[in-house]
Amino acid sequence: MRSRILRVLGASDEDDPETAEPDVRTDGGTTSDAAAASGETSRLGQWLDSEFAKSLPFWLPATLLVGLFVYGAIGWNFLISLTDWQGLRQPTYESLDFEMYTRFFDSVFAGGLLSGPQEYWALRNTFVLLVVFTVAALAVGLLLAILVDRDIRFENTFRTIYLLPMSLSFVVTAIFWAWMYNPESGLINQTLGAVGLGSLAQQWISDPQYKLFAVMFALVWQFSGYAMVVYLAGLRAIPSDQYEAAKVDGASLLKMYWRVIVPQLRASTTSAAVVLMVFALKAFDFLYVMFGTRPGPSADILAMMMYRESFGTTNWAYGSAIAMILFALALGVIAPYLYLQFKRGEL
Amino acid sequence: MATQQSDSSFAWNRIALYATLGLLVAFYLSPLESAIMTAFKTQTGFFETSPLVPPTPSTFTLDAWGQAFNRLQGGLVNSLLFTIPATLLSATLGSLVAYGLTNTNWRGQAFVLVLLIAGIFIPYQSVLVPLSRFWSVVDPATIFSWLPPVANRSGLVALAVTHTAYGVPITTLLFRAHYKSLDSSMLEAARLDGASIAKIYRRIILPLSIPMFAVTLIYQFTNIWNDLLFALVLIQQPSNDVVTISLTALQGSMVSQYNLQMAGAFITALPTLLVYILFGEQFAEGVAGGGA
Repeated sequence: MRSRILRVLGASDEDDPETAEPDVRTDGGTTSDAAAASGETSRLGQWLDSEFAKSLPFWLPATLLVGLFVYGAIGWNFLISLTDWQGLRQPTYESLDFEMYTRFFDSVFAGGLLSGPQEYWALRNTFVLLVVFTVAALAVGLLLAILVDRDIRFENTFRTIYLLPMSLSFVVTAIFWAWMYNPESGLINQTLGAVGLGSLAQQWISDPQYKLFAVMFALVWQFSGYAMVVYLAGLRAIPSDQYEAAKVDGASLLKMYWRVIVPQLRASTTSAAVVLMVFALKAFDFLYVMFGTRPGPSADILAMMMYRESFGTTNWAYGSAIAMILFALALGVIAPYLYLQFKRGEL
Repeated sequence: MATQQSDSSFAWNRIALYATLGLLVAFYLSPLESAIMTAFKTQTGFFETSPLVPPTPSTFTLDAWGQAFNRLQGGLVNSLLFTIPATLLSATLGSLVAYGLTNTNWRGQAFVLVLLIAGIFIPYQSVLVPLSRFWSVVDPATIFSWLPPVANRSGLVALAVTHTAYGVPITTLLFRAHYKSLDSSMLEAARLDGASIAKIYRRIILPLSIPMFAVTLIYQFTNIWNDLLFALVLIQQPSNDVVTISLTALQGSMVSQYNLQMAGAFITALPTLLVYILFGEQFAEGVAGGGA
């Protein structure tokens, strides 16, 4: 089971498509000399007989569906972002320019360090969420994984509980946390009061100072279990003699983890971080349920602003431009990762 | 002496370890505990007692559950109606694609695969406007006008197809990892015996895929059931509202009725919670393989 988890992103390249076996030279394009000599019909027959043609029914329909809905839609979205489409009329694709993008970046840079229009705030909060949430979720997840990996009893139960929030909808968790953060009767402030820290009680989700922090705290609660699962798979892959060796060397527990174990978890960290960052870019549902479409400058993010511009104020072209910026950010995170995986033959 | 000392320090370490684990359990479960206790309380009950304390006989009520269920039952039915087909379709297609791209030999597989896998990470926002355009041009209500039960649920058809398309990348990745780990000599032997690609799939691959089907079905069911964003954009008529939308509406209209909100949240989460409690191991595997 564990090794299967590890292999999910692939480890062996034994059946790499490039290492074509001798009996499959008939893959459509490369055997043109043989095919040309034997005329049209046999060429078609040969093509139909190739593994490529035979495998088409398996992957082509679904790939076309994904191509249409994912890549077709992104292309169309880019086209819309070049128009001036707004309001309830139909889009026209005549005068295409990058006006929406210049409008966005002009607004971003019009802002100072502590003030500015919504574009500035949305972009800033998106980056804060991206970095702080990802690092915090990884740290908590690593801690959980190390604790669960210490040869404990009821390991499965603990793991199940820590991962439980991942199975809940953001709509559900946002409602739970809105109640947790309730200034009078919420559990957070009540607990703070009960342990004598009542002075720390805050209006967590209405005070602009704490809004984004409160959101990130709840999201870390929900997503640290995911990081734990990824780290746990990484920890299980480290041979146990390394723990023994560190123990013989007299390294303290803390030192052993920091010096010996954590550096070996780099692959787990990368893949968990990529997923968490991409998630942070999409953290829309949670904010929408907690604050509606106007979370205010302190908690607005690009994903929310895109929805508000498009479906709230029908500035379709501007919303699409923001969506493309979001897409570019996601691409900036995943392209290097996928490229590396591809290079290592791990896809 | 030395061993004794390390023994007792070992014991203290274990105690500290279990204490930490226990505190973390309390932290991870506290939002659920506070919610479930609140859902059973009257208004005075949840405003005046701690959210962790169970209701007393005077503050106990089941009203919130009944009311919340009444508000959500239409949404629950609609959610099941589109989640189940989308889950089955995306898992089946993912298995077929993964087989076609893993256990056959031809050039260019890697390219198709990279395109598919990149699809996992696309922020939904970057396709929302085109999707809403697409589904207003290709209106399932018109296409299925000869079949009124489907035509009346056009929004759900759109959601099912969209979620299937966005589910295929992740299910493909999950199945591919499994198919790569299969013994290739077995497939080679079948091929030498003259078995066709389709026959190898049906006779060998499909039976071996059952554990992976469990993983992908559970993972996809949870993901699709929990989604709000696509439903917000694609559902036009209130009669088609899915449960996440109904719950958002309930939360918006019952502002300080926290018992009602919490009961509603639990009713919405119930199918995914049940699936998680019964198949936690498979869910963890799906999560580890595919990410959020």
